[in-house]
Amino acid sequence: MSFEIPDELRFLESHEWTRAEDGTARVGISDFAQDELGDIVFVEFPEEGDEIVHDEEFGVVESIKAVSDLYSPVSGTVTATNDALLDAPELVNDDPYGEGWMLEVDLDDPDELDDLLDADAYRDQIE
Amino acid sequence: MELRKPPLATIHDAHGAKTTEFGGWEMPVEFDSIRTEHESVRESVGKFDVSHMGEIEVSGPDAAELLGRLTTNDVSALAHGSAQYAMITDTEGTILDDTVIYRLPETHDADFLFVPNAGHDEEMAERWATHRDEWGLDATVENRTEAYAMFAIQGSDAVGLVASAADDAGEPLADLGRFAATDATVADSDCLAARTGYTGEDGLELIVPWGEAEAVWDAFDCQPCGLGARDTLRIEAGFLLSGQDFHHEENPRNPFEADVGFAVDLDTEFVGRDALAHVAEAGPDERFVGFELETRGVPRHGYEITDSKGTTIGTVTSGTMSPTLSTPLGMGYVPTEYAEPGTTIAVRVRGEPKEARTRALPFLER
Repeated sequence: MSFEIPDELRFLESHEWTRAEDGTARVGISDFAQDELGDIVFVEFPEEGDEIVHDEEFGVVESIKAVSDLYSPVSGTVTATNDALLDAPELVNDDPYGEGWMLEVDLDDPDELDDLLDADAYRDQIE
Repeated sequence: MELRKPPLATIHDAHGAKTTEFGGWEMPVEFDSIRTEHESVRESVGKFDVSHMGEIEVSGPDAAELLGRLTTNDVSALAHGSAQYAMITDTEGTILDDTVIYRLPETHDADFLFVPNAGHDEEMAERWATHRDEWGLDATVENRTEAYAMFAIQGSDAVGLVASAADDAGEPLADLGRFAATDATVADSDCLAARTGYTGEDGLELIVPWGEAEAVWDAFDCQPCGLGARDTLRIEAGFLLSGQDFHHEENPRNPFEADVGFAVDLDTEFVGRDALAHVAEAGPDERFVGFELETRGVPRHGYEITDSKGTTIGTVTSGTMSPTLSTPLGMGYVPTEYAEPGTTIAVRVRGEPKEARTRALPFLER
């Protein structure tokens, strides 16, 4: 099975992605992660204004069969949350890099992105 | 320890099934998605490989007496070609396992077959043999778990699908009553077909010679389903899962607490009968209940149940987001005074109390 891994994204080993531009970043989970989890039924994440920290827990994603912690690829202040996931968590399955995004973050330190896996390194990890 | 594998292990693997360890067996948990598989069964039909279930044959002049003394229901009531649900209890009345007992059609060499849960077959065969010797009964006990595959074809279209796949089998499968069993030939294989299942839907379970499993499985053109969907379906139906909703060491329960008193016949003599007669008279202190969360969250096995003030009163034994009802459902044991449907309780989801309300089981009426 081959999974979508967009070249412009950066990844944590725990399967969260981030797409950074001009000091802000979006965060979600990878195509591989949504497939492993199966039918996602619940997503819990922080509120606007909360601080999140690189490689620390920021929320939870639950599928029918399992609960998984979410880890943040970046540090910063949450500026937006994808509230559509509260009523339609299955968007994470359907479109993990698009409609299934989770948070937007104002980055504390854009250099942190260098610590993340690029698409090739992430592909190597899951294959 | 090496996991036991069903005869279709390589076939499931080739079809991309994800597998999991269950009761010492490596079994398919998901073929496509739990939701897709669950909906197939609720809306039409799906097939499950449940070859991890045990099969123990009991024969001989005292076979009925041996079974009767080791299970809670009335084995003497079983005619050839009929089945019953029963509990297996110890002298304290604590559940060791639950099982379905079949009195086989007269065409069979063996008299009775019973089906313990995954991983319990060796222990139960040994229990039967030990008690037979202790009581001086004349019966043979044979663990045939690795002689048979077992499939469950479940859903409103299941009986029609199996009947059309089966060769003319004397008694038509479509007329088979609930908890009745008959011989059937599917894909040239001699099977035992019973109108039983564990999804809350109509359907059949087939006990199939191990070496002929693939041909029989392939004879049913419908959605393959894994243990994931089996779990969400049985929770909606309010059915107990051995080892999870009761466990002899970790969560010892008697049948009245577990709300399966209907499978206990106190007019028969069996191991645990006297202890259970006391429970029946006094009433259990705790009861197995269903509940629905009223705020976002999913109840999971092991989460604490509290009263509305936050005092712990029990533990969730099974829970899921219901694919059919789209609501978070769970089951567990609470003191009897909280068991009335509609009682407000709470479930601690990762430390946060979430309001819940008890509900009558099954959650889903069919």
